[in-house]
Amino acid sequence: MLKIEALTKIYRQVAAVDNVTFDVPAGQMVGIIGRSGAGKSTLLRMINRLTDPTSGRIVCDDVFSKSVEVSALRGRRLREWRGRCAMVFQQFNLVPRLQVLTNVLIGRIGYRPTLPILLGLFSEEDRALTIRALERLDMASHALHRADALSGGQQQRVAIARALVQQPRILLADEPIASLDLRNATIVMDALRRINKEDGITVISNLHLLQTARDYCDRIIGMRKGEIAFDGRPSELTDSLAREIYAVGDGSEDEVVMAFSATSAVASH
Amino acid sequence: MSVSEAAARFERQYADYRRTKTVWTVLFWALFVACFAVSIVVTRFDVAAVVAGLPRTTDFIVKMIPPIGWSTFGADVGEWYWGIGKWLNSLLNTLLMAYLATVLGTTIGGALSFLAARNLVKSYAVYWITRRVLEIARTVPDIVWALLFVLAFGIGPLAGVLAITVHTLGAQGKLFAEVNENVSALPIEGIRAAGGNWLHEMRYGVLPQALPNYMSYTFWRIELNVRSATIVGFVGAGGIGHDLFTSIQLLYFADAGAILLIVVATIMAIDMLSERYRHRLIGKEQLSQ
Repeated sequence: MLKIEALTKIYRQVAAVDNVTFDVPAGQMVGIIGRSGAGKSTLLRMINRLTDPTSGRIVCDDVFSKSVEVSALRGRRLREWRGRCAMVFQQFNLVPRLQVLTNVLIGRIGYRPTLPILLGLFSEEDRALTIRALERLDMASHALHRADALSGGQQQRVAIARALVQQPRILLADEPIASLDLRNATIVMDALRRINKEDGITVISNLHLLQTARDYCDRIIGMRKGEIAFDGRPSELTDSLAREIYAVGDGSEDEVVMAFSATSAVASH
Repeated sequence: MSVSEAAARFERQYADYRRTKTVWTVLFWALFVACFAVSIVVTRFDVAAVVAGLPRTTDFIVKMIPPIGWSTFGADVGEWYWGIGKWLNSLLNTLLMAYLATVLGTTIGGALSFLAARNLVKSYAVYWITRRVLEIARTVPDIVWALLFVLAFGIGPLAGVLAITVHTLGAQGKLFAEVNENVSALPIEGIRAAGGNWLHEMRYGVLPQALPNYMSYTFWRIELNVRSATIVGFVGAGGIGHDLFTSIQLLYFADAGAILLIVVATIMAIDMLSERYRHRLIGKEQLSQ
């Protein structure tokens, strides 16, 4: 169980994430929705600890042998946490000039001594793990291609493979399909759902399209101006509640329209 | 806001923008002209003196080339290059000095470049100190370093290698740091999010992105260092520079000319070779993207 307690992040006197509290039981697939600037990204980055919270706590009781206050981890323990709480990004964040194989092997760095890794020496075991992960994402045939030679959808699958070889308990996805076309978005979301079901990995994903969250997630959290505006099952999220999450009150409806317009976009898989 | 209002507002902003730009342009040219004028006065740059002195430069060059006749061409050139064996040996010495110094300086400077990149180190103190160290290594001319090392380690190529190494590490460190500061932060973040430490981030996040630029700078640096290795020979650091300096000191101008030609030909050859290699490197880069 991952516990988020009164988590707050303040940037220049503005609360990007404002006193957010929720629990995520192991194995759940959670979609976080909301306008851009609602604090979704900051929340996810705080969970991986790429960003430090201003106040509040993150506690996890099932990744390490005992309950750990994630928000207080430092140094080696912090890196261990990041390894077990993998993250994929909107821009994939692969190393462009390296092979797909090496990019995925980077997911193993947390498990190995630093020196051989710096010399580019990975074990046969790690390579086998890497190829199996790529195989699951149907990317094994690209193992020796350079990451920047791949399409966006292929790069995201490589990024997911990198996350998989981290053998994480939690997988965070920060707008994983926002840069992808429809077909690739479907492939990537299907992969995340499959990993969630088959491996029991908790998946928490920021999604810009409401319908994607409805189609794929067990639970939807709606964020508005840094606060939680909705938390429940997809069936409980009525259109009027959804409108409230996306509304800003200044009459600008573009994002609302965008979030709703693609209703059947990813759903048509 | 209506369309005409928007247009009017834009026109106002545009007029402001043009005004500021004009002011800056005028200031820039005023500064440029002022600097130009001051430099001419201070350095006593005088076109008449240049014209008057020009024949004397050719005198020197003429003295450097001995009379060579058509009928006795081979013998004359052979006579001119009487010391070719010795000189080629010195040249090899100089080339190896340049090579070793480039390798050492690039390795050390490359390592320091990560600490001298603002985007890669958290501690401002580490960044600041590394930058200053690189600056000192770079701004002290290599001939001054050579003098210093000749005093410390005695006459010979070791002093030359050290001198060029120090200058190279300063120059490479700065250039590489600038490359490092321009790499994309996304891969670095990807590695951090996977549990990587700082060394992992540098090795896998920064290095692969920066490597082509490092290579390009390093080939250029080899050319520069061959020239430097010649010059530091003047102050006792061995190699062909030593031969050149001795012949000038003893007023053997023909020898000096012969040696100078060897040096120029060598640097031209290296320049052409590295140019070709650099183009191939860049070409390959573009193809695979």
